[in-house]
Amino acid sequence: MLTTFINLFNFEGIGDYFPDLMRGAAISLQLTFCVMLIALPLGLLLALAKIGRSRILRIMASFYIEVVRGTPCLLQLFYIYFVLPAFGIRFDPFMAGVIGLSINYSAYLAEVYRAGIVAIPHGQVEAAKALGMSRRKMLRLIILPQAIRVVVPPLGNYCISLFKDTSLVSIVTVRELIFTGQIISSTNFQYFTVFTIIGAIYLFFSYPAALFVRYLEKRMAIGARRPVVPIAADAVEGTTKP
Amino acid sequence: MIRLERINKHFGAHHVLKDVSLTVDKAEVVCVIGPSGSGKSTMLRCINNMEEIGSGTITIDGQPVYRYEKDGKLVIDSEKQVEAIRAKVGMVFQSFNLFPHLTVTENITVAPIHVLGRSRGEATDIALGLLEKVGLAMKAQAYPHELSGGQQQRVAIARALAMRPKAILFDEVTSALDPELVGEVLRVMRALADEGMTMVVVTHEMGFARDVSDRVVFMADGKIVESGKPHELFSAPQQERTRDFLRSVLERNREMGAAASQ
Repeated sequence: MLTTFINLFNFEGIGDYFPDLMRGAAISLQLTFCVMLIALPLGLLLALAKIGRSRILRIMASFYIEVVRGTPCLLQLFYIYFVLPAFGIRFDPFMAGVIGLSINYSAYLAEVYRAGIVAIPHGQVEAAKALGMSRRKMLRLIILPQAIRVVVPPLGNYCISLFKDTSLVSIVTVRELIFTGQIISSTNFQYFTVFTIIGAIYLFFSYPAALFVRYLEKRMAIGARRPVVPIAADAVEGTTKP
Repeated sequence: MIRLERINKHFGAHHVLKDVSLTVDKAEVVCVIGPSGSGKSTMLRCINNMEEIGSGTITIDGQPVYRYEKDGKLVIDSEKQVEAIRAKVGMVFQSFNLFPHLTVTENITVAPIHVLGRSRGEATDIALGLLEKVGLAMKAQAYPHELSGGQQQRVAIARALAMRPKAILFDEVTSALDPELVGEVLRVMRALADEGMTMVVVTHEMGFARDVSDRVVFMADGKIVESGKPHELFSAPQQERTRDFLRSVLERNREMGAAASQ
């Protein structure tokens, strides 16, 4: 069984294309990093807008989140790369990928942050108010530091999921892992070998990351043993990406 | 110090406060008793605007506050003004509401530093002094979840005191505690009363109301039914409603006493 499996591999010419795969992996990682750099703060701003007191901001944030979550990421990428140029707005493939994924992920992350903030017991708000804190101070000193603990593990999971989702931007010709794999296999026809190696590369990065998130989850839970945390963590898990 | 005049408040169709008037003098300790749902907590929460009043006037330190009429016009205090009043009127809650991500000392210093603008050093000195006073100096570096309920509530009192408030509102602060922990919290409150702190105490602890308060207010159905010196109100209540309430409370206490002596 194992030998048949191994026999399926054909490593001929791997020395030629492996460096290309590594470059593809580097691009996937760069995409992940750039998108998180934008989506993490943007998601927080969206969440704050959505729970804030300004009606206009609330409506705008809700609209953004619902539209983004209600349409396929692939469609958003098409829109940015193929439709916008018709209006004179042009991006290179990498930029289009970063923008598309950032828009997509900020909407999902906003819901994660919001769930984390809403999960903080109302008594915390009352205590902060009773001490004369303004909304801003309450948010900065009391609510957000508690919400962050709740939200870090799900945010970590979204990071991992983003790394895998960067494969979507192959559709707008970004030379990340999948796109590179397609080019290589369409010339040497070693689909099995090439795509199995690519799968192994994804796993090589995402599995340790998943272990790290699990570790964080445990640590955060011990940090605050009050009922606050388990309840809140459930609430946040409820917002997992469909 | 605190004056409520004809306060009315509705929760939807439910009329929770009906023409409630109450005056609390400086250094006075007023206990508010009554059956649950009588509006006593709501009244207390109106004093620092945790609940907004429907009509009537609240005066604190001689100043009408939150929403009041001046020269025939309705004035509504800005958020900043409300915050400034809250910084002067402390509150302690039934469920403690300590900040779980901060140490005991940080719980006490966070508002003095960020609201009053004290230096960290000064605020910490004050906090350590207050912890000494509530008997928790050894817990300065602990986190709330490491403390018992009674200890948490004493920290909450220290947190309120750190603002150097002119008055403190106590909202059923012993109701969530195990019976054996009630005493340590009441002792701290008694000490505060002896020092001349102005206190409004919503409580089910009749013993505390009788021994410590200057005046007891009995509320039922959103109204102040009767108020007076504790010995008068407890030994010779004027109203039928008050007598009923005290009788039922005394009966329950007697049953608990009987159970304890068995």
